[in-house]
Amino acid sequence: MEKEKQVLVVFPHPDDEAFGVSGTIASYIESGTPVTYACLTLGEMGRNLGNPPFATRESLPKIRKKELQDAADSLGITDVRMLGLRDKTVEFEDDGELTDRISSLIQELTPSLIITFYPGYSVHPDHEATARAVVRAVEALPVNQQPKLQCVAFSNNCVAELGEPDIIHDITPVQDKKIAAMKAHRSQTEAMLATWAEKLEVEDPELLGWIQKERLWTYQWPEK
Amino acid sequence: MKPIERDEVQRAIDTFAKRDVFLHLETTNGAYASHHDESFFSAGAYIRNAKVQYEHGKIVGDDPYRVGLKLEIGWVYAEGLNHFEIDEQGRLLLAGLDSTGKLAVALQISLQPFE
Repeated sequence: MEKEKQVLVVFPHPDDEAFGVSGTIASYIESGTPVTYACLTLGEMGRNLGNPPFATRESLPKIRKKELQDAADSLGITDVRMLGLRDKTVEFEDDGELTDRISSLIQELTPSLIITFYPGYSVHPDHEATARAVVRAVEALPVNQQPKLQCVAFSNNCVAELGEPDIIHDITPVQDKKIAAMKAHRSQTEAMLATWAEKLEVEDPELLGWIQKERLWTYQWPEK
Repeated sequence: MKPIERDEVQRAIDTFAKRDVFLHLETTNGAYASHHDESFFSAGAYIRNAKVQYEHGKIVGDDPYRVGLKLEIGWVYAEGLNHFEIDEQGRLLLAGLDSTGKLAVALQISLQPFE
């Protein structure tokens, strides 16, 4: 991995960081690079409430806030910014205000790298709106001050349209931290992780490959 | 939340009648429904903190249940409800959870606005 001065991770939901890039985050932190995680919502509209349910629609945000803090702790993130928006409403916020929120984070932290979703290829409307806001904020900077922009994509058409990811991080050395971060988001991941237990036991290559290889695409600016 | 007990829910609905109440009403297939199955037509609706008064309300059905609230000049209803809780703030939280525990519908009534 290339050495970075400061990494800024921007996602809308607690747990968005866990699946795709938590190993990358842990690797940067282990190498001494500060990582800030800006999380736009508390995932208030998550459908998983436990089975049998241990949360309600109204208690879920408090639970997920704690889960986010626990996940951050397991990765070593000491700077988590909760932006206080509401799940599933990000795309309906004022675009300019949303861009300004991201711009002020960039101004404060002067990250050398920003990690977010890839606009157009990240499925959930909140992912898309977050990604668009980050792109607008970076685009507003003079080209020589723009941080690198690396994106998570997972729509069904992402490889067909974007090609294979140009960045693949083998995060095997920090795999335990990644699994701990995924586990920390218990309300959302418990059922899924239960199905993994056996596969992890027998070191299922497909699952391990998915966990150990984190895939990112460098954002391609549209031709002007 | 626990499985709906119809009489208890009906009593709670009655206590909120003819008063200003705040409603949370939501239906959802989840944001990934069309990602996992591209032929799936995803639809949902969401309203939070609608301030209404209802003349009366009823819970009907036999697990899952339907709840309808008759307003002075309109209606509110939800179907597919199977779990409930009256929380520490006295709010009636009704939810429909699918076979895997995922929320598909919610109808909630409170005397104070939801946060």
